[in-house]
Amino acid sequence: MTSELDIFVGNTTLIDEDVYRLWLDGYSVSDAVALRVRSGILEQTGATAAVLQSDTMDHYRTFHMLERLLHAPPKLLHQLIFQIPPSRQALLIERYYAFDEAFVREVLGKKLSKGTKKDLDDISTKTGITLKSCRRQFDNFKRVFKVVEEMRGSLVDNIQQHFLLSDRLARDYAAIVFFANNRFETGKKKLQYLSFGDFAYCAELMIQNWTLGAVDSQVDDMDVDLDKEFLQDLKELKMLVADKDLLDLHKSLVCTALRGKLGVFSEMEANFKNLSRGLVNVAAKLTHNKDVRDLFVDLVEKFVEPCRSDHWPLSDVRLFLNQYSASVHSLDGFRGGSLSVGPPS
Amino acid sequence: MPGKLKVKIVAGRHLPVMDRASDLTDAFVEVKFGNTTFKTDVYLKSLNPQWNSEWFKFEVDDEDLQDEPLQITVLDHDTYSANDAIGKVYIDIDPLLYSEAATVISGWFPIYDTIHGIRGEINVVVKVDLFNDLNRFRQSSCGVKFFCTTSIPKCYRAVIIHGFVEELVVNEDPEYQWIDRIRTPRASNEARQRLISLMSGELQRKIGLKVLEMRGNAVVGYLQCFDLEGESGLVVRAIGTACTLDKLSSPAALLPACNSPSKEMKESPLVHPPSHGCRSTHNSPIHTATGSRLTQNFSVSVPTLIYTGMGSGSAGKEGGPFKALLRQQTQSALEQREFPFFTLTAFPPGFLVHVGGVVSARSVKLLDRIHNPAFVGIMGNTRSYKLLDWNSFNSDEPETRDAWWAEIRQEIKSHAKALGCHAVVGYSESTSICEEVCILSASGTAAVLNPRFLQDGTVEGCLEQRLEENLPAGCGFCHIPYDELNMPFPAHLTYCYNCRKQKVPDVLFTTIDLPIDATVIGKGCLIQARLCRLKKKAQAEANATAISNLLPFMEYEVHTQLMNKLKLKGMNALFGLRIQITVGENMLMGLASATGVYLAALPTPGGIQIAGKTPNDGSYEQHISHMQKKINDTIAKNKELYEINPPDTSEEIIGSPIPEPRQRSRLLRSQSESSDEVTELDLSHGKKDAFVLEIDDTDAMEDVHSLLTDVPPPSGFYSCNTEIMPGINNWTSEIQMFTSVRVIRLSSLNLTNQALNKNFNDLCENLLKSLYFKLRSMIPCCLCHVNFTVSLPEDELIQVTVTAVAITFDKNQALQTTKTHVEKSLQRASTDNEELLQFPLELCSDSLSSHPFPPAKEHLESASSNSGIPAAQRDRCSSWIELIKLKAQTIRRGSIKTTVTVEKASPMGEGNFRNRATPPCASSTVGVVKMTPLSFIPGAKITKYLGIINMFFIRETTSLREEGGVSGFLHAFIAEVFAMVRAHVAALGGNAVVSYIMKQCVFMENPNKNQAQCLINVSGDAVVFVRESELEVVSTQQPTANCQPSCTGGEVTT
Repeated sequence: MTSELDIFVGNTTLIDEDVYRLWLDGYSVSDAVALRVRSGILEQTGATAAVLQSDTMDHYRTFHMLERLLHAPPKLLHQLIFQIPPSRQALLIERYYAFDEAFVREVLGKKLSKGTKKDLDDISTKTGITLKSCRRQFDNFKRVFKVVEEMRGSLVDNIQQHFLLSDRLARDYAAIVFFANNRFETGKKKLQYLSFGDFAYCAELMIQNWTLGAVDSQVDDMDVDLDKEFLQDLKELKMLVADKDLLDLHKSLVCTALRGKLGVFSEMEANFKNLSRGLVNVAAKLTHNKDVRDLFVDLVEKFVEPCRSDHWPLSDVRLFLNQYSASVHSLDGFRGGSLSVGPPS
Repeated sequence: MPGKLKVKIVAGRHLPVMDRASDLTDAFVEVKFGNTTFKTDVYLKSLNPQWNSEWFKFEVDDEDLQDEPLQITVLDHDTYSANDAIGKVYIDIDPLLYSEAATVISGWFPIYDTIHGIRGEINVVVKVDLFNDLNRFRQSSCGVKFFCTTSIPKCYRAVIIHGFVEELVVNEDPEYQWIDRIRTPRASNEARQRLISLMSGELQRKIGLKVLEMRGNAVVGYLQCFDLEGESGLVVRAIGTACTLDKLSSPAALLPACNSPSKEMKESPLVHPPSHGCRSTHNSPIHTATGSRLTQNFSVSVPTLIYTGMGSGSAGKEGGPFKALLRQQTQSALEQREFPFFTLTAFPPGFLVHVGGVVSARSVKLLDRIHNPAFVGIMGNTRSYKLLDWNSFNSDEPETRDAWWAEIRQEIKSHAKALGCHAVVGYSESTSICEEVCILSASGTAAVLNPRFLQDGTVEGCLEQRLEENLPAGCGFCHIPYDELNMPFPAHLTYCYNCRKQKVPDVLFTTIDLPIDATVIGKGCLIQARLCRLKKKAQAEANATAISNLLPFMEYEVHTQLMNKLKLKGMNALFGLRIQITVGENMLMGLASATGVYLAALPTPGGIQIAGKTPNDGSYEQHISHMQKKINDTIAKNKELYEINPPDTSEEIIGSPIPEPRQRSRLLRSQSESSDEVTELDLSHGKKDAFVLEIDDTDAMEDVHSLLTDVPPPSGFYSCNTEIMPGINNWTSEIQMFTSVRVIRLSSLNLTNQALNKNFNDLCENLLKSLYFKLRSMIPCCLCHVNFTVSLPEDELIQVTVTAVAITFDKNQALQTTKTHVEKSLQRASTDNEELLQFPLELCSDSLSSHPFPPAKEHLESASSNSGIPAAQRDRCSSWIELIKLKAQTIRRGSIKTTVTVEKASPMGEGNFRNRATPPCASSTVGVVKMTPLSFIPGAKITKYLGIINMFFIRETTSLREEGGVSGFLHAFIAEVFAMVRAHVAALGGNAVVSYIMKQCVFMENPNKNQAQCLINVSGDAVVFVRESELEVVSTQQPTANCQPSCTGGEVTT
């Protein structure tokens, strides 16, 4: 006696959150059944393994049918085939677009192309995330990227509107899209200590301050691309290190302001020229795409590492940077300049 | 020419890509009704076309309006080659034809293709202008309302229940026409869908005519079925109960918008036909099915005279003679009808006087092939699909089928008579077809009815009062209708345990729902008897004979199983009994489902005793006693589980000897084959005590084992196959209707009956277990109206289809159930009382979930602070979507403040709108449509019936593997069927389907060819319901109701 066909269709589509998670995590039906058995569900409900198998199959089939709709979440809201309460729809979408920290760190800043997709098995082995799940996450990134890439308006809003994600998740996706578009290098060993959250924070600030949208929110606002003019303008910062007087003046302004407030004041004072040179050089190079990509590597090399070797506490770094940029404004010829903030560590 | 049909094609969405090059579609729409076709313009390069067409107007007969479906075809325009069909929508416009139902059909319909399934949606508006004309040769029956519900619909009152109406139409199945060899599967499927739609329309119209002749205005318990006879054709048959219904005014008062003057004008004059004389024969030239039926129709007005004449004179008599008189009167009223049958399963209080028992009849027939070359020639013309034309070429065909059914009905009638009853209630008919053998079955419950509802003369007054005085509430229906001294079969009678006055049987089997005033102890449960019998493969007559020979044995065994299982549960009555016998190539299957209860009026059932054949063997004895102990334990456990603790009645008071553990049958039936040989089967086991199970061979051993292997549902779950679960009356509002299908392949070739039985039993048990597991989140809940259907699609395949609804209930409140039956009956009989009881509860649960919409800012914060999505924050999840939508709106409109006017899907948005105002629905653009096989929606009031939903779909695939195999294919198809039903209901302005039933699910596969095909037929009543809590709010705030839209608008500002 074998079951040829075994289905259950509810007028309201049944969604089992646990099974959904297993499905999203890329487990096969048999693995999922094994995991569910281990969770002790059989003892709780008095069900048999066969029942569990049938139930899991059923849910997997439902999810498989839903997947097509999840690729365009507004479709899920308007479709008529599955009657799903709005709260459940939101849950389906949010979970489908959720991603693993370990995975996103691997592909952040990489080109979302077929080439990268081929490397997914390596990522899968490295991170322990199933290949299926890796593919889903990668495809999600790519799909969101493709949709919002050329779109005007706020990146976060666009993502939210087209994928109906929560605010938090939409911001994360904005960061991913921004990084993918600008191809920032994040995979170097030196950058490994940085979490996705750190990068996302940077991305948010960069989107706010460095993009076309940041300059003029009305016209042609593109949140994805860096403002070329702004990057060009950054070249002017070279003065800060090229002009000896200016450098000294800047240093004295910073030192005066921070004297007594900084635990690592002496180190800062000693290192000011190096640090300032490092920062300005990184900024001034940003007109070249290659250097844009290496932004984070350079920042870590030229600024973060020197600070770290001197054991700067985080608060001191913040104070220093704030004062560093603030004092620039009081220098001649630097009215209304821009802010550059390094990654927190 | 009394009707103008107007159709407007508004827009499409989510269309499939038809042009690979552009990834777009150039769509246009063909609108067809009868032989007239209109086309929209081609909307170039879009997957979301906006046609916004003019109104296409069809001027048609009302006869056509009833028969024909509106056919909408969406096509992709192709300049160089033939246009490609994207899919079709069939819209049954029948609901627009009767007064007080829907006035417009407007909404998004899934575009359906029989090969690809649903491919996008189309927005259509349909209206009908009916011109009233009181024509003499009327062939249409516009105005007659149809209900699938097998009780008097909730917002109506039955003035008269006229009785049985039936009709069938026959046609050749397009699938078996010669042309099918050269046309595409799609064309063939569409021809079939269209034909069946046409035939159903015609059938409904004809039934309507009969109702009009009986002077009724509605058909309740309308059941329409298809017999796919293969080569010999396609039969569409329907039965129902003709009634005169009055709309209750109270809900209308609450919803004044429903009674617009235009609707009043639409009120058909047919409802109150001229009262003079009877309609003469030439009034209905179409109605020529059988001579006998004509007399049936003529009789209607006659009994009134007899009744009123005798009723007035005999008012003073006492109980005994009164009963006789009552019977006499009812009998005279009913005898005039050819078949005093009622498809209802629940009745107005006082309607059902006594119940005799289940009557059933079966007959095995051979289907003859029709070879009529002349007929095929005309099939090209659409009109020739109709029976009228068909009849002229094949005059004997429908008569044959009619005669078959008439024969069976006659038998049922005579069985009922033998039980001292003159009516049959809970009546249903079914068929099982395998190749050219067909088993026709009919069953019902013999009963004595109160004549009050049966005829025009509304006889109020003393007679009626006496009647009610004489019938003790809660047990009257159990009292035997037959003569004690002249019993139709051996039975053990005792005095009623409730009133102690009348005799009752020890066990009662019925096909109806538990009467609302019945006194029940404890809870009920689903009881099933399952049986397989192997049969040799044979041809034609030999096959039919073999089947006829097997049938009595199957019936006997099914009955024994039911009896034993009932005993094991410690119960004494079965309701909703449905025995299905399915015929296959090499086996017969029997599946009986019923809901067991403990009726307070009937005696306590005895236990089951086991006796061994060989008493000398010591170890055997031990084994027997071990078994006996197990059985006794099970009975005790079940009594506890179902809370059966009847008050200890001392037998002495009754003055009857302590009843021996004796089991008698209430089932009287016979089966006959085509030879008309009637053999009555006495199921009372001869002289042997059915109670004592003799274990004389392994078979009996198996039986006992199978008794004990039935596992009770997990705690918190109850199941029944009736409308409501006896003993539970505090339903909460969560419902989940579902369909589950399983097919198993029997492995070994040399199967034995035992192995078969075990397989079948396991299949059903596992299916139930799966259901309990799947629905575990709803605990405590009850599976209601559990409907099992078995079919044998192929040699080694068994298919079981289950449709049921899970309803949650409040466990705590259950403890407070009133003990006295008077209170109980009051509480359950009147929904108003229930309302009072449930309202406070509803209100607080509602206020919890419907906490006022917080301002959007709060949403933002809560959303941004929210990282993962734990289950507990579902509310927030929904709010994101809400928020995003609001944002989208503001962005699009470019203003900060947007007032959203509440979108009304239809002019009768009252119920709709209120439903949308509730938080769960508010954010969804697709309105929620509930579906349930029950006639009611817990915690809600049905305010309007919008018409019958009767849909037939075919789905075929030639890429079975790619669609996820058989499971994937059928899963998707059933989901699509649900979606199409919901879309039609929503377009009618409804928010639920009640009395939903999946009448057919025929699944065929050919995995080698990577093909599969499935036919599904569903029906139900589209309704508008209002939550009782909302109803309350509205009725108290009636004057301020108008501000509600603006309030909701206010919520949507950002």
